[in-house]
Amino acid sequence: MSATPAPEAHYRYVLRLGDTSLVLGQRLSEWIGHAPELEEDLALANLSLDLIGQARLLLTYAGELEGRGRDEDALAFLRDAPEFANLTLAEQPNGDFGRTIVRQWLIDGWQLEVYQALTGSSDTRLAAIAAKALKETRYHHRFSSGWLARLGDGTEQSHHRVQSSLDELWRFTAELFSPDEIDESMCAAGIAPALTELAPRWSARVDADLAAATLRRPPAQPYPWHGKRGVHTEYLGHMLGEMQHLQRTYPGARW
Amino acid sequence: MSAAVASPPSPERDEQRVWELLGGVPDPEIPVLSIVDLGIVRYVRHGAGGCLEVGLTPTYSGCPATAVIRRTVRAALDAGGCADAIIEEVLSPPWTSDWLTPQGREKLRAYGIAPPEEAVASPRGLWQPAAVSCPRCGSGATERVSEFGSTPCKAHYRCTACREPFDYFKCL
Repeated sequence: MSATPAPEAHYRYVLRLGDTSLVLGQRLSEWIGHAPELEEDLALANLSLDLIGQARLLLTYAGELEGRGRDEDALAFLRDAPEFANLTLAEQPNGDFGRTIVRQWLIDGWQLEVYQALTGSSDTRLAAIAAKALKETRYHHRFSSGWLARLGDGTEQSHHRVQSSLDELWRFTAELFSPDEIDESMCAAGIAPALTELAPRWSARVDADLAAATLRRPPAQPYPWHGKRGVHTEYLGHMLGEMQHLQRTYPGARW
Repeated sequence: MSAAVASPPSPERDEQRVWELLGGVPDPEIPVLSIVDLGIVRYVRHGAGGCLEVGLTPTYSGCPATAVIRRTVRAALDAGGCADAIIEEVLSPPWTSDWLTPQGREKLRAYGIAPPEEAVASPRGLWQPAAVSCPRCGSGATERVSEFGSTPCKAHYRCTACREPFDYFKCL
C-alpha cells in the first residue's frame, strides 16, 4: 500500500472530524439560556466553545487540503447538508437535558479514543490538533459521564428518561466505528487509526459508565447510518438553516 | 521612549526587547496577567530569513481571547518598532496550566482567582484536583460548584469559611 494518501481522501477524513465537532458544538449552543441550571448553562456553553474551536482548526486544515481556497467560514456556512460529513449522532436534536447528555457522552467517548490514537498520526498537524483536543475532551467526558451517573442512578423519572434516550440514540452508534474506504486508506497511510481496533476500548468504557449509572446497554442495531458520507437525517437541514441564515442572507457579512 | 540608541542592535537585544513588549500585553479576560505570565508565548526568535518570529499558543481551542490577543500583540509589535515581526500559531505541544509563571500565579491569587493547585504532568491533576485554597481568606475549606465557569480556563468554587464564591484557574 502506498504511503501517500490521496488528497481527496485526506481532505474528507479531516472534514469528517471537523464537521462532527462543529455540528455537535452548534447543537450545544442551542442550550444557551435554556439549561436547567445556570451552572449547566455555562458548562454546555463551554463544551460548545471547545468543540467549535476544534472545528475551526480542523476545517481550516481541511480547506487547505482541499486546495480550492475555502476557509473555515466557507466550509461552515456555505455548504448544504449533503456536503456535511459529520457523524449522524451529532446532528440529533437536543431533546431534554438527559438526551443531550447521552448524545454528548457517546461522542465524548468516541472522540477520546480517536483523538488519543491521532496523537500518534504521521500527519503532524493533525496530531497537534488531536493532542490539544484530547485534553479538552477528557474534561467533557468527565462532565457527561458524571451527569449520566446522576441521572441514571437518580430518581425513577430521571432513570426512565435517560434510558429512553439511550435506547433511541443507540442505533446511531454503529456508525462510530464502522470504517469505509476513506477510513481504510487513511489508516493504511498511517494518518488515521484502525477504527475496529478502537471499538473494544470504547465499548468497555461504555459498559463501565452504564454500570455506574445503573443503565441497560441496548442491543446492537446494525442499521447503517451514513452521515459521514453525506446522507443525513432530516434534522441537519433544519439546524443548518438557523446556523447559516446570516451568511446566506447577507453574503460576506462581517461582525 | 528615548530615540537614542545606547548600544548597537543585536539579535539578542531585539529578542529581549520583544519579550519586554509582550510582557506589557494583558490577557483580555484576566487583565492582571500578561500573556508572558500566562505562558502562551512559546518563543521569540530570529527565523531563517532574519525576521523576528513570535510563537503564540492558544489556551483552549475555542478561547475567544485568542483572536484578541493576536491583534493586541500585532499592535504592540507595530507600535514598538517591530512591524516586520511575524506572529505564528503553535499548537504542539499543547498549552498546559503548568506554564503559568510563578509571578503569574501570585498575580492571580491577588486578583481573587485561585491559581491551579497541582502540576498536570500526570492526568491525575484532571481527575482528582487537590484541595483549592480560597484566594480571599486562605482557607482550604472550599467546594466546587461547577467544573465550568465564566471563561474556558476557569471553574467555579465557593469558600465555606468566608462564604465567598471565587474562580479557580483550572488545571489543563
